[in-house]
Amino acid sequence: MKKMICVEDLSYEYKGQDEMIRALDHISFTIEPGKFVAILGHNGSGKSTLAKLLNGLLLPTDGHVIIDGMDTQDLEKIWEIRSTAGMVFQNPDNQLVATIVEEDIAFGPENLGVPQAEIQERVDRALATVEMSAFRDRAPHLLSGGQKQRIAIAGVLAMEPACIIFDEPTAMLDPSGRREVLDTILKLNREEKKTILLITHYMDEAILADRVLVMEKGKIVMDDVPKKIFNQVERMKGLGLDIPQVTDLTHQLIEAGYPLSEDILSIEEMVDELCQYL
Amino acid sequence: MIGNVTIGQYYPGNTVIHRLDPRLKIMATFLFIISLFIVNQFLAYGLVVVYLGTSILLSKVPLKFIIRGLRPILVIIILTFVLNMFLTPGEVWFSIFGKLTVTKEGFRQASFMAIRLTLLITGTSLLTLTTSPIQLTDGIEKLLNPFRKIGVPAHELAMMMTIALRFIPTLMEETNKIMKAQMARGGDFESGNLIQRAKSLVPLLVPLFISAFRRADELAMAMEARCYRGGEGRTRLKVLRYHKRDLIVAIFSLGYLALLIWSRGW
Repeated sequence: MKKMICVEDLSYEYKGQDEMIRALDHISFTIEPGKFVAILGHNGSGKSTLAKLLNGLLLPTDGHVIIDGMDTQDLEKIWEIRSTAGMVFQNPDNQLVATIVEEDIAFGPENLGVPQAEIQERVDRALATVEMSAFRDRAPHLLSGGQKQRIAIAGVLAMEPACIIFDEPTAMLDPSGRREVLDTILKLNREEKKTILLITHYMDEAILADRVLVMEKGKIVMDDVPKKIFNQVERMKGLGLDIPQVTDLTHQLIEAGYPLSEDILSIEEMVDELCQYL
Repeated sequence: MIGNVTIGQYYPGNTVIHRLDPRLKIMATFLFIISLFIVNQFLAYGLVVVYLGTSILLSKVPLKFIIRGLRPILVIIILTFVLNMFLTPGEVWFSIFGKLTVTKEGFRQASFMAIRLTLLITGTSLLTLTTSPIQLTDGIEKLLNPFRKIGVPAHELAMMMTIALRFIPTLMEETNKIMKAQMARGGDFESGNLIQRAKSLVPLLVPLFISAFRRADELAMAMEARCYRGGEGRTRLKVLRYHKRDLIVAIFSLGYLALLIWSRGW
């Protein structure tokens, strides 16, 4: 099967105060088209650096990043790579360029030299996908955090990428904003068939993914489906990561001698499981 | 206290003047400024007033908005008037305190200059009152485009203006936040003399600048991620097009200019 993202023996070093700091240390993984993959890791684990390497904002010190068959070190392909692997950043304020929602969404396609009539179509489609069509004439600074982030997503969508990388898109949002953005991400994956790479430190976001990569000190230390990741409670805690509350509860119940299934991730599953004991 | 500052002084509307192509409006404003310096007698000002008055009436901008725009330069107008009145040599009209003399030529010159300044400001503020900052930016970019060959960075200037417009409210909000945070810890921005107040702004400006640089860095990264590579090969969502009304206004304006030039010979 064709690979969407192919990372081969990737290392990245940058200059610290007096020595070279190795942010990524010989990482390899591949992601198939249409998958929803979450990357977990606490601050300084190298996850944001990895995101920037994936669309050529940074170039590898060693190894290769291949996006849909294109190497990010191939300077001629860089724009094609960036329009294939779009990127949404953490702070919605700092990624909106224009003073009008519609014009901001058009920014990407304008840069790609898309003909005018098609830009309008793409803007309309992207706005509809993120359910923000009613806000096309607004000024971005008057929108809520969640709305701004959805505009940022629409701006990336208008470039028609096959893959979207989200670098902690919900870290600065309130709970309702987080919900909006997360629903949009799920919709993009399920309905628009976009490959999604979600970098996050929220466990309840990671459990929605098809696969979770856990990073620690520039290496990938775990790579599995969410259920298999989160039932390794002790190991996750050892890596300084929280586990979802429900999983934690399950774990404690099991330790207390209740024979529950180990891979409970959601509240609904928990309720079903517990009801059997009533 | 600074939260509700509006950018520029745009007065939203949907009149003919509002809908004119920004390029034409900028050019017409230039033409208007030139025309003010063509005028060499009071009578010709009548024509200028008719031209400007018609534009104001058509734009439906309330007169009080236009007068408000004059207030900041009132001092300059008065100063010009007084200096011209006393310092122009000629036939003495009357004198104050023996030494300060007002000449007839001086009074005429002073009134002439004051009217010119008032009309100049009124005319140019009509441009900013009826054109949104975005349209203005677009217009400037398009008008400067022919000069790119001689090194005028038209696109870059327009991009800078757009980003500035986009971030003014964001930075305002941030300033407010920092101010409140410092006031909560005993910071004082409102008492003391001018120098003390200026000094109290330093702890406000330092974090603001640091955050502005961080924002700039992140924005640059986000723009690059969205394939921004300068103005070359860029297309636009909104393309400026001249309409029939633009042609009509252009003809009227040129006619007005011709009339004024002719008026010099009266």
